[in-house]
Amino acid sequence: MMILAENEGFFSQLMGICQKLSEGFGATLLIFFLTLLFALPLGLVIAAGRMSKFKPLSTLVKLYISIVRGTPLMLQLLVVMFGPFYLFGMKISQDYRFYAVIIGFSLNYAAYFAEIYRSGIQAVPVGQYEACEILGYSRAQRFFKVVFPQMVKNIIPSVTNEVITLVKDTSLAFAIAYTEMFTVAKQVAAAQATIMPLFVAGLFYYVFNFVVAFVMELLEKKMNYFR
Amino acid sequence: MKLLEVKNVRKSFDDLEVLKDISLDVSEGQVVSILGPSGSGKSTFLRCLSMLETVDGGSISYCGKPAVTDAKYVGKAALKEIKSYFSLVFQSFNLFPHYTVMKNICDAPVHVMKRDKEEVRKDGEVLLKKMGLDSKADHYPYQLSGGQQQRVAIARALNMKPKMLFFDEPTSALDPELTAEILKVLKELAEEKMTMVIVTHEIAFARSISDHVVFMDGGVIVEQGAPADVIDNPSNDRTRAFLKKLEQ
Ligand SMILES: Nc1ncnc2c1ncn2[C@@H]1O[C@H](COP(=O)(O)OP(=O)(O)OP(=O)(O)O)[C@@H](O)[C@H]1O
Ligand SMILES: [Mg+2]
Repeated sequence: MMILAENEGFFSQLMGICQKLSEGFGATLLIFFLTLLFALPLGLVIAAGRMSKFKPLSTLVKLYISIVRGTPLMLQLLVVMFGPFYLFGMKISQDYRFYAVIIGFSLNYAAYFAEIYRSGIQAVPVGQYEACEILGYSRAQRFFKVVFPQMVKNIIPSVTNEVITLVKDTSLAFAIAYTEMFTVAKQVAAAQATIMPLFVAGLFYYVFNFVVAFVMELLEKKMNYFR
Repeated sequence: MKLLEVKNVRKSFDDLEVLKDISLDVSEGQVVSILGPSGSGKSTFLRCLSMLETVDGGSISYCGKPAVTDAKYVGKAALKEIKSYFSLVFQSFNLFPHYTVMKNICDAPVHVMKRDKEEVRKDGEVLLKKMGLDSKADHYPYQLSGGQQQRVAIARALNMKPKMLFFDEPTSALDPELTAEILKVLKELAEEKMTMVIVTHEIAFARSISDHVVFMDGGVIVEQGAPADVIDNPSNDRTRAFLKKLEQ
């Protein structure tokens, strides 16, 4: 009897934790998908700037990338969050916290994606460009018809790495007190004086990444129709 | 009619002068072979003719229309028109790996030349049949042998309906058996009076297919003429040395 009751207590506690965490998990998912939504295309723009023949632009973009890659994401989030106030004296609204998270993550991840795109583009053989030239393709046709599909195939493994890192990085939003799953886990752990919420959070991240890896593997297989 | 007129073309890479004053005429229906040792500038010459490289001096015109006059290129629109007069087949094929054979052949005619899709497809089918590749229309390049890939590349070039074709060592990436396949295709094209300029190391083939043979060395044409003269009775020492070396 005693054992059963204790177990019941354990399960109800676990269920409680899961429920609380899944509220935070919504925020985690939102950061994840919005970051990808903005960073993936923005990375392409940044890559274009990085590879521009116009030297001032490519130098500027190179500097941007090196700053983003050379400083902690957590610090960047703080700058995006509090920069407007300290630098320009702007009043920060409550809503801005969420925007700051998305802006910070997107700007950061776009820089990484840009470098991945660049390597993927550079891996397309010169012969492909020359064939396009001989066939009379325009620059736009060359990019969208020939370079882009080959780039996508080239970069899938690197993008997978980056996306998996993003899943874990969403927890950094706690730095500017944006409540996502990890923040919730810490709060619950402190309130109930148990480490269990952190284990459960870890499991959530793990399962999430398991799904990410699965989806990316499907994509990789889909791109295997050519070599 | 002269399809191609090249006068005094020069080309340097930094300090290295690769083409020194090259002149050459190609008439309609003519097959010209270019021979010469490695590094003599044969590829560079073809690349200049096909506008993959810009020349530093000299003039090039196609069908009487100047493309370059004393190293000055004509405007974009005129150049685009002129570029449609020729096509180039690469040593390494350079097929689009993510397109099927049929799409490789039909994409540019449809999306660059804006020709009717159905018509282009029909032409593509005829070309594939001619290349002995009708069963491969839906394959991807990696599923083909080197010789088959090169035949697709030739079909791709032909489907642009060029007035002349350039070939840069079209068989150098192939083993002897596959080389024979490609040479046979070129022979057929020559019989159909396709105008061609072919850089090749296949001397016997050059002798049998060409109307005119050019021997290049050190960025200049050291000897040219009928194949019987240049290949069988070379008057220049360098030509002789080169041919002798090949015989061994
Ligand atoms: N893009 C380039 N930049 C610098 N040098 C080049 C470039 N392309 C060719 N060269 C040089 O120009 C010279 C002629 O090269 P090219 O490729 O035209 O020779 P080739 O006659 O085709 O030789 P092969 O029979 O080996 O193909 C070589 O010395 C080569 O190193
Ligand atoms: Mg060459």
